Amino acid sequence: MVVAALIVAAIGSVIVGLSLGAVRIPPGEILSILWGKLTGAAASGTHDAVLWHLRAPRVVLGLMVGAGLSVAGALMQGLFRNPLADPSLIGVSSGAALGAVFSIVLGGVLLPTLPFLHHAGFLPMAAFAGALGVTLFIQRLANTSGYTAVATLLLAGVAVNALVGAVIGFATFLATDAQLRTLSFWTLGSLGAADWKIVGIALPFCLGLVTLAPLFAGALNALSLGEAEAAHLGYAVERIKGLIIFLTAAGVGVCVAYTGIIGFVGLVVPHLVRLMIGPDHRWLIPGSALLGASLLVLADTTARVIVAPAEMPIGILTAAFGAPFFLGMLLRQRRKALWS
Amino acid sequence: MRTLVVLLAVAFALESHASDRIVSAGGAITETIYALGAQDALVAVDTSSIYPEQAAALPKVGYSRALSAEGILSMKPSLVLVNADSGPTEALNQVEKIGVKVVRLPNEHTVEAAENRIRVVGSEVGKTEEADKLIAALRDDLKVASESAGKPETAPRVLFIYTRGGGLMNVSGKNTAADAMIALAGARNAVTDYEGYKPLTAEAAVAAAPDVILVTAKGLESAGGVDELLKQPGLTLTPAGQARRVVALDDLYLLGFGPRLGKAALELGQKLRASPGLAQK
Repeated sequence: MVVAALIVAAIGSVIVGLSLGAVRIPPGEILSILWGKLTGAAASGTHDAVLWHLRAPRVVLGLMVGAGLSVAGALMQGLFRNPLADPSLIGVSSGAALGAVFSIVLGGVLLPTLPFLHHAGFLPMAAFAGALGVTLFIQRLANTSGYTAVATLLLAGVAVNALVGAVIGFATFLATDAQLRTLSFWTLGSLGAADWKIVGIALPFCLGLVTLAPLFAGALNALSLGEAEAAHLGYAVERIKGLIIFLTAAGVGVCVAYTGIIGFVGLVVPHLVRLMIGPDHRWLIPGSALLGASLLVLADTTARVIVAPAEMPIGILTAAFGAPFFLGMLLRQRRKALWS
Repeated sequence: MRTLVVLLAVAFALESHASDRIVSAGGAITETIYALGAQDALVAVDTSSIYPEQAAALPKVGYSRALSAEGILSMKPSLVLVNADSGPTEALNQVEKIGVKVVRLPNEHTVEAAENRIRVVGSEVGKTEEADKLIAALRDDLKVASESAGKPETAPRVLFIYTRGGGLMNVSGKNTAADAMIALAGARNAVTDYEGYKPLTAEAAVAAAPDVILVTAKGLESAGGVDELLKQPGLTLTPAGQARRVVALDDLYLLGFGPRLGKAALELGQKLRASPGLAQK
């Protein structure tokens, strides 16, 4: 029932996302343009181009990134058995940021010597490599003779995040004014780079994360009892841990690479879904995907419209709405704990 | 006679092709459009377009490195003028793909870039004659500025401090707009150990021993005036601090490298050399 409502919400967000924007396009024209795409009619006019080459890929990227970040959040919270976990904990975000800083500050020096890297593609590649590299490094640290200690993984994550922060700080110190501003906008996130090519590149990673994640639902449910209990129930806990971390790093890594850092979605959406349909991962994961996708598309639509013809970085909006909500939830839980 | 006719024909051709809806993403570009008298065609600007004041009243398409393709297109432009480092690249490419002319103008801190901007904007908006006049005036001013500079060894040593309040002060090294302006004004940058900006430290300020401290008008305002600025550690121990030699010029005027470049260099040179007590040195 709730899932049906979430599907309706996702469809609604797509409609809103396609209809609103700085360029005013009447609903009738939107329908006729989309109908034209379905029937293969030749494209014509600015509105056609705006809808099909600017808005549509943004909405699709928004769906993918929202679903990807939220599912990754649900996986992390399940894996760490900790409601505060999100992908940034295992180094995905800081790793991507490291790659981004590296490419922004050193890109001007490196690019002329590496002509096969065109400028627009360098940052996402570096961010993706950073995300994957730092995550795998943290996992390595926590892994002793084939066993990944989750508590050590958490602590190693905190320490490595701090270390990466220092490196980013140093690069910031070296950066020029223009580089600094590029950097600060990157850390606020934006879907502004979306086009069909980027959607095509990111699709397999996000789709992989979102479609494979439900396979781990049973294992995560068992894990909530404890690792030993999950193992007794017949789950290959170590292999599952490794797979989840890799899937998350790849899926979130590619999202962050193209959109910058969009905060709070991965943390808050799974909690929202838990409030609606409970903690069972079989429903939590698809629910998070649907809700995350709709919320991100709506947030991006707001970002596009609110200060048009300029654009608000989307990370500001997700944090501005996510943080108060999260605080409220925290207080409510505290109050519950006090009363019980 | 024939050449004149051809020239007139070309001028008319340019005039008739002049764009009537321009989006400008760059403070110096906007300023150039106004200086050429083509502001009627200007429909939107970026957040750095703060001069002249009328420009600030136009719709804003955002920060020039975080432009939105749909935002720009919603202004129905026929021409988009941006700095070479404006972006994101994808957004501008998309605008171009949809059929709007996008012209990227180099924005290094050089006289060539300033002249090139005036020339290109002039031809895009059909004001080539005005552009030529503007470039000639700019060259005249720069010539006067360099002629009145005097010997390099007696030129004042200048420390440029960039601040936007909050007690954060950055000092310009080499290869910045401030560094280039100091040179054009016939003065010397007191800090040449590094490129770009670095936070002000007390000892480095003393070691640089500037004769004059240069700030932007907004910077001085945010620092709380000359007295507050000189309370920064180390500054009182410099020759500039002891004689209270602080020169402030408007931000975009001083650092924008726009059409007022020549006047700015001239005025900066005069102000730097006219600072109290410097002549006797």
